[in-house]
Parts: sequence; C-alpha cells; structure tokens
Amino acid sequence: MKVGVVTFPGSNCDYDSYALVRHVMRENVEFLWHKSTDLQSCDLIILPGGFSYGDYLRSGAIARFSPIMESVIKFANSGGLLLGICNGFQMLTECGLLPGALIRNDSIRFRSHNVYLKVEETSSAFTNAYASETVIKLPIAHGDGNYYIIGEELRQLEDDGRVLFRYCDREGNLTKESNPNGSVNNIAGIVNMERNVLGMMPHPERAGEKILGSVDGLKVFESVKAALSTLTTAGKA
Amino acid sequence: MTGSLKKATVYVKLKDGVLDPEGKTIQKALSQMGYSEFLSVRTGRFFELEIEANGSDIDSRIDEVCSKFLANPVIENYKVEKQ
Repeated sequence: MKVGVVTFPGSNCDYDSYALVRHVMRENVEFLWHKSTDLQSCDLIILPGGFSYGDYLRSGAIARFSPIMESVIKFANSGGLLLGICNGFQMLTECGLLPGALIRNDSIRFRSHNVYLKVEETSSAFTNAYASETVIKLPIAHGDGNYYIIGEELRQLEDDGRVLFRYCDREGNLTKESNPNGSVNNIAGIVNMERNVLGMMPHPERAGEKILGSVDGLKVFESVKAALSTLTTAGKA
Repeated sequence: MTGSLKKATVYVKLKDGVLDPEGKTIQKALSQMGYSEFLSVRTGRFFELEIEANGSDIDSRIDEVCSKFLANPVIENYKVEKQ
C-alpha cells in the first residue's frame, strides 16, 4: 500500500496520518504538496485535518481549488480511494465529491475531545476490518462539523447505507447528548455513491497507538489495506 | 488596454432554515440587554469587489465567482449590487 498525504498551507494533521502509516503500519507513505499535480501512483489519498488557508471564506473552500485537487478529483472519479478527515471532509463537500455541507457547530464552541462512534456499515473499503455495529472511540477537534443535508439527498444517503459512522454514547445509543455539533441524524462520516470516497469529522489517524488513548482508528487504514490487496489479487487472477 | 473599473458588492447569507448559531446567540444577547423586540437575527457577510471590465460579460463573470466560490449554494444565498 502506498499512501499519499496532501499538505495544504494550514494543514496540521498531515504528520499524524504520515506517522500512522509509516511507523505503526510500516507501509509506504508520501507527502504530496498542494501545488503539485502528481499523485505519485499512491493507492490511497488522504486530505488531512487542519485549517487550510486559515479557514478563510469557508472551511476547505480555498483549498478545494489548489492545483492538486484537480488530480485528486480525477483520481476519485476513476475509482481511487480517497479519505478526507475533518478539514479534508470539508474540502470534499466543497468540491462536490460528497453531498451536503459542514456548518458551524450548533454550540458555536470549538469541540476538542474524544467521541464515541457507531460503525454502521462494514461493507466498505474503509470499514471492512470492523465488526458490524461496533462502538469506537476517536478524537474530534473542529468548529465547523455540523453536517447539513436535507430532503431527497438525505433520504438517498440513508437508503443507500452510505453513513459509515454516527455519533453515539458509550453503549452505542444515538442520543442528542452524544452529538457534539448538531449533525443531521448524528452523522459523523459518509461515503459517496461509488463508496470509494470517505469524509469524516473524527480523526482515525490520531487514534492508532495505545499511548494516544485509543487504537480504534487503525482499522480504517487496515480496511483500506485489505481492500487494496483484494483488488490486486483480483487484478492478477 | 485596460477597461473601466466597476464596483460590486456581494452579500452572502445562510439560506432560510439553515441553522445560524451565531445569529441566534446575538439575538439571545440582545434579549438579555433588554432589546426583546428583536425576535430574530441572521448573520451574513459581504464582499466589495473592484473589477476591471474589459468587454467580457461582467454580470455572468460576477455570477460565476459567486456561485462557484464566494457562496456555497448548498447552504447559502447571495445577492449582487453593482455600483
């Protein structure tokens, strides 16, 4: 597996993704500069968390027009695996690869703490290593994480089983209290129709080692690794 | 050759129905200050643009910039005032 982590001006979780892939998983990983257009044959592209362009205009709105994004969008449209975490999720909605938008937390507070999430769908390239309905613990750190989507688009998202993660309490109940930002239906992470693009507000890359308080995020990356090896095997057969 | 300089102001606000927690908080503060007749506050922002108009269709260029970049049509409306 070769992972590419895009660095934008203002990204601050790029090193977390890099460290997890390189030092925990011992897989190949490269930083990709936002001004480049070369994805260096990576199998998974990560749009990391942070505050690209100081969150000016709207979170992710300026980064979405970085030169590398054209290649990233092309990559995703041809089936490449793309993971947007936090600010990366905001970029994905801004560029239209994922529906809806991320607006200000309903509390107007910046929320930085651990949350519990229910893994709702395990039949995806990003969640196949989880047991169905597992409750996991991941950190969040955002001010604009309130996922907004209405009407037909919301219905489609739910009907297609494209909500992979929902905020819940420790026991897995989807309560109002466990929703840190006001997101519709406690939605924390979704995939596109083709299921090769995941956007999520919580940070799996910051929960890959015991010393960090949780290893629950590691399985997102292990899932991708497993999905890629299946693809390779299928390709060779 | 440079064209003439035009000015435009673009107002962007959240669509009706989209939660505006900032506006809500301002409204609550007003109420606590004794201005209880201000029942609702919606926030937004504006952009003052200076545009070198060189013959191309300036209206459609402004429109393009608004819908593609200055506003997110999923959650926001915009209004253009040309000076």
